[in-house]
Amino acid sequence: MSGAFRAAAGGSVDRSRPLRFRFDGASFTGLAGDTLASALLANGVHLLGRSFKYHRPRGLLAAGAEEPNALVTVRRDQARCTPNLRATQVELYEGLEAHSQNRWPSLAFDIGAINDLLSPLFPAGFYYKTFMWPRRAWKTLYEPFIRAAAGLGRAPSEADPDRYGNRYAHCDVLVVGAGPSGVAAAVAAGAAGARVILCDEQAQFGGSLLSDPDQPPAAWLAASLASLRSNARVTLLPRSTAFGYFPHNLVALNQRLTDHLHDPASVQPRERCWQVRAREVVLATGAIERPLVFPGNDRPGIMLAAAARSFLNRYAVIPGRRVVLITACDEAYRAALELHQAGSAIAMIGDLRARAVGPWAEAARTAGLPVQTQCTLLGTGGRLRVSSVRLARLDAQQRLLGRPQIYACDLVLMSGGFTPSVHLHSQSRGKLAWDETVQSFIPAQAAERTRSAGACRGVFSLAAAIQDGSAAGAAAARDAAARDPAAGNAGFAGRAPEPPIPERDASMAGFSGALPQPQAHTGSKAFVDWQNDVTTRDLALATREGFASIEHIKRYTTTGMATDQGKTSNLNALGFVSQRLDKAIAEVGLTTFRMPYTPVTFGSLAGFARGELFDPVRTTPLHDWALRHGAVFEDVGLWKRARYFPRAGEHMHAAVARECRAVRSACGIFDASTLGKIEVVGPDAVTLMNRLYANAWNNLAIGRCRYGLLLREDGFVLDDGVVARTAEQRLHVTTTTGGAARVLALMEDYLQTEWRQLQVWLTSTTEQWAVIALQGPESRRVLQGLVEDIDLSAAALPHMSVARGRICGVPGLLFRVSFTGELGFEVNVPADFALTVWQAIYQAGAPYGMTSYGTEAMHVLRAEKGYIIIGQETDGTVTADDVGLSWAIGRSKPDFVGKRSLARPALSAVDRKQLVGLLTADPNTVLEEGSQVLPAPGQRAPRLPAPRPIGHVTSSYHSPTLDRSIALALIAGGRARIGQTLSVPTAAGEMPVTVTSAVFYDPQGARLNG
Amino acid sequence: MLLITCPYCGTRPELEFAYGGQAHVARPQDPAAVGAQDWADFLYMRDNTRGVHAERWRHTHGCGRFFNALRDTRSDQFLGIYRVGESAPALPPDAPKEVP
Repeated sequence: MSGAFRAAAGGSVDRSRPLRFRFDGASFTGLAGDTLASALLANGVHLLGRSFKYHRPRGLLAAGAEEPNALVTVRRDQARCTPNLRATQVELYEGLEAHSQNRWPSLAFDIGAINDLLSPLFPAGFYYKTFMWPRRAWKTLYEPFIRAAAGLGRAPSEADPDRYGNRYAHCDVLVVGAGPSGVAAAVAAGAAGARVILCDEQAQFGGSLLSDPDQPPAAWLAASLASLRSNARVTLLPRSTAFGYFPHNLVALNQRLTDHLHDPASVQPRERCWQVRAREVVLATGAIERPLVFPGNDRPGIMLAAAARSFLNRYAVIPGRRVVLITACDEAYRAALELHQAGSAIAMIGDLRARAVGPWAEAARTAGLPVQTQCTLLGTGGRLRVSSVRLARLDAQQRLLGRPQIYACDLVLMSGGFTPSVHLHSQSRGKLAWDETVQSFIPAQAAERTRSAGACRGVFSLAAAIQDGSAAGAAAARDAAARDPAAGNAGFAGRAPEPPIPERDASMAGFSGALPQPQAHTGSKAFVDWQNDVTTRDLALATREGFASIEHIKRYTTTGMATDQGKTSNLNALGFVSQRLDKAIAEVGLTTFRMPYTPVTFGSLAGFARGELFDPVRTTPLHDWALRHGAVFEDVGLWKRARYFPRAGEHMHAAVARECRAVRSACGIFDASTLGKIEVVGPDAVTLMNRLYANAWNNLAIGRCRYGLLLREDGFVLDDGVVARTAEQRLHVTTTTGGAARVLALMEDYLQTEWRQLQVWLTSTTEQWAVIALQGPESRRVLQGLVEDIDLSAAALPHMSVARGRICGVPGLLFRVSFTGELGFEVNVPADFALTVWQAIYQAGAPYGMTSYGTEAMHVLRAEKGYIIIGQETDGTVTADDVGLSWAIGRSKPDFVGKRSLARPALSAVDRKQLVGLLTADPNTVLEEGSQVLPAPGQRAPRLPAPRPIGHVTSSYHSPTLDRSIALALIAGGRARIGQTLSVPTAAGEMPVTVTSAVFYDPQGARLNG
Repeated sequence: MLLITCPYCGTRPELEFAYGGQAHVARPQDPAAVGAQDWADFLYMRDNTRGVHAERWRHTHGCGRFFNALRDTRSDQFLGIYRVGESAPALPPDAPKEVP
C-alpha cells in the first residue's frame, strides 16, 4: 500500500512500483511517478515545514515550482545534501531521505514557535528598530540569535563531490515550457523546419494537462509529443528549468540529470547548465494560481485549488476527506467537482463574487454541491492541520449578511484566479502591461526577439492556449528563417509585428489583495508571503509609515523577496497596497523580476570552473626546477612565482635573509621570466615610444637600455620597465609582471585609434623569452665562461646595456641591468632552453656561493635601494615626482601621454605625498605595510579628536644588509621632512620613526657600476 | 552575454571583447594648447547616454582590433558597427524610438 490516501485508480503513478523513502526518520512508501510532496500526502502527512520567521506549522500550498512552504533537505550522504528543495519538485526514488527544516527539536514540537507569540517584536523592519542598542550587542547577541532562530536549510559541511556539466547550444526557436501552448508552439515551429529546443522544468511534458483527467487533451498531448520525438531537428529537454534570460536571446537552462535516480553512476554529471542562444524565443511559461489572503490562511491543509487537482488527478492522492472551497474564479469549481467524484465531502463552496457564473459553477450546482456567493472567510481553526473555517456573507458595504457559519473540514482549497508567469519576459527587459480582463500584468512590448503564448499572457482556455502557442511557434520559425545572418543581432529587422492577444476569459480574473472582513482588525495573521512570513499587518504598517512605492514596500517588508521570489504573493501584495493607498494596481507598479526563476545550485553555475580549473595558472619554464628545490610560491596575478627557497629547518625570515646576503656578497640567481615583454618594431618604433613613454628615446643608442616610465593621460604613473634598443627599428620593452597586458592594450589603443599613420608593429614576447637574473659581485665571473661573442667587461657592457650572443650555446640577449643595486645581468633565452641555461649557470656559480632567490628577497633588495614597485609604491594617484622619478621625464619633448596633465596645479602641489624612507626607533620593529604615518605627538594640532595622518607606509621589511628594519613611505611634503621624527601607530603602541632618503644602501651606486 | 559583430571576424560572444568606453573622444592634436577645463573634460567627462551610444570595443581574444559600435543602452541592441576612422552609420529605420 502506498498510503491510506491513495485513490484506487487513476493518476499517472505506477502502482506496480512502490518506492520506500524516509522523511524526518520515519519510513513511508510511495509510488514511481510521485513527488516527495504527493507521496507524503498519500500517507496523510500534511505538516511539512516550519515558517521562516514565526516557525508556524506549514503544509503544502502548491504542487509545483511556486511552493513556498514545503522546503526540505534531501540527503544522500554528508556531502550530497541539498537544502531548500521544494518537496513538490523532488521526484521520489527508492531510498530517498528527506528532512524538514527550520525546526527544533521536531517538526510537531518546535521551540522556535515562540516567535509566533512574540510576533509584536518582529513587525516589518524590526531589525531596523528593535535591536539598535547597545551597539555591541548586535554582534554578540542579536545577530547570532536572529540567525539561529530564522533561516532556511543548512549548507552541507563537505565539498560537493558531484560533477556538473556545461553546454552551449544554438537553435532557431527555443520554447520555454511544455504545457499545451509550449507543445503546440514546438510542433508548429518544428513543422516549419526550424531547429527547436523545447524545455520544461518537470520530468514529464504536458504542464497543466498532466493534472487534467479529460481524455481528448491527453490524446492530443500524446500525439504532439510523438511528432516532436520523431523530428530530428527538435531537442526535448525535460527537468530543465529556464532560469535566466540574458541579452541577445541567451537563455540559461539548469538541467537536472541524476537527482531523481536511486543510484546515479559516478561518472554522470549531476546537473548541466545550458547556455542556449536562440534566434527566436517562445515563452509558454503558464500561470500560477493566486492564494487568497484571509486570517489563518497558512495552516497545513489549506492549499490552492489547482494543487489539489494535481495531487488528485496526476498522483491519485486524496488531499482531504471533507473540503471547503473559497474562490474568486470559476476554474476552481473543477477541484470541488473532481474531489466530490473521488468521494470527498464538499462542505461548502464559498464564492467571493456576487454571482457564481461559469460552466464549472453550473456543473457544481447541477451536482448538488453547496455554493454561497458574496462569501468571505473570517478565520480558520486547527493546530498542525486545519480543522474548521468560519465563512460569512458580506454585502457591498462589507456588512455581515446573516451569521458567520463554522464548517468542520480537513482541507481548505482557495483560488484567487491565475497570475501569468511573466518572469522571463520581465527578465529580458520586456515591458509589462496591466490587463483589465484578467486583472493581471501580461507581457507587452518585447525587448528581445521573444514572444509569449498561452496562459503566461492571459490566454487561459485550453483551446485558445493551444491555438496561441501554435501561432507563436509558426511566427517564430518564420522570423528565425527571415533573419538576416549578416545583420547579426542588430535590432528587430525583418521581424513580423506582434500578433494581437486573443480574446481573454474574464472568468479567470479572480481577486487580489486581502479578503474583505466585517471588522478591520482580526486576531490572527493573514499571510501574503508565506515563505518570508509577511502578513497584511506588515504591509499595512509599511503604508502607515509612509511607504508608497512598491519597490520600497517590498524591501521594507521583504514581501516577494524569499527564494520563491513572490510567485504566489506579488500580486496579492500589490492588491493589498492598492487597497490601502486607494490607487489602481497598475499605478502601484510591479517590481522587476530577476534571475533565477527557481534557485540554482552553485555547482551548476560553476560547472567545471572549480579547483584547479577555477582560474588559469601561469607557470614559468623554470617552475619545475623551483618546485624541485623546495620553493614556496606566491600568486602574482595568474602567475605562480617562487617566493623563497627555504633550506631544511629554515623559516621564511631566515631563508630570505640568507638569499639577500648571498646576492650582496656573492651571487644570486632569480627567475624573472614573468616580466612583461613587448617587441616594438618598425620605422616609427622610436616615434611611438616618444609619444607614449615619458622618457626621451631619440638618443638611445643600439645596445643600450633605459628605464622607461609610462604615465596615464591623467599624469599618474601607470607602469615602468627597462627598454632596450636592440636594432635601429626595434625596441625590447619590458613591463611589470602584472602590467604586461594592460600596457600592450594601451599601446594598441593609441596605435590603432590615435596614430594610425605610424608604421609600428607590437608583439607580446612575454612567454617567448625566459629571463634569468644573475645578481651579485661574483656574477660576471660566473658568466665569464658561459657566453660567446659577448665582452662582459664594464667598458664593453656597462650598466644599462644589452648584447646579443650565445649564452651556454643558446642564442639570446644579455642585459646588464640590476634591480638589486649589485652588479647584475639578465639572461634572456628562448623559453624552451630556459632550464638548460639556468642549470648551467647555477652549476657554474656553485664555487662562488650561487644561491637561488625568490620574489621576497627581490623585494627586500630593491627596497634597500629605494627602487619602487608599481602597485606598491604607486596606486594610480602617484606622480613620477612623488616617487622621485622626475629625472626620467623628457621635459623637452613637445608631447607624450600624460604630459599636459603634469601642468595641472594639483600635480605639483607642495603638500603632495612624496616617497621617503623611514627608520624605526626600535630597529627590530618591522612596520605593517599600509600603516598610517602621523606627526610626532608634540606636533599635532590641538583639540582634534584624532591626529590626521600625513602619509602611509608602502613597503616595509627587515633588511639583512643593514641588520635593521627599513620602510618606504609616501609622506606629505616628505622630502622636506628628511631628518624629522614622525610616528607610526602599531599594535604595540606608537613607534617613533625618522624620515630618511628612500635609498638605504649604496646611495652612490658604486656597486651597480662595478 | 551580448553578441557583438566584429567588422573583421563576424559575430562573437561578448566574452571575446573588451569594452573601450565612449567613441570619438579624440586626443587633442596639441595638448599643450588646451585649457585646463577642456583638458579636464577630455580626461574625465563622458556621456551617460540613455539611448543610442557610440562606443569602442576591442576584439581582444580575436583579431585584437578596435572598432566602434552604436548600442542602444536601454535595450543593449546594437544598431550599427563601423571601423575606426569611419563615421557612424545612419540608424536603421526600425531602430526603436521608445524605451522598450
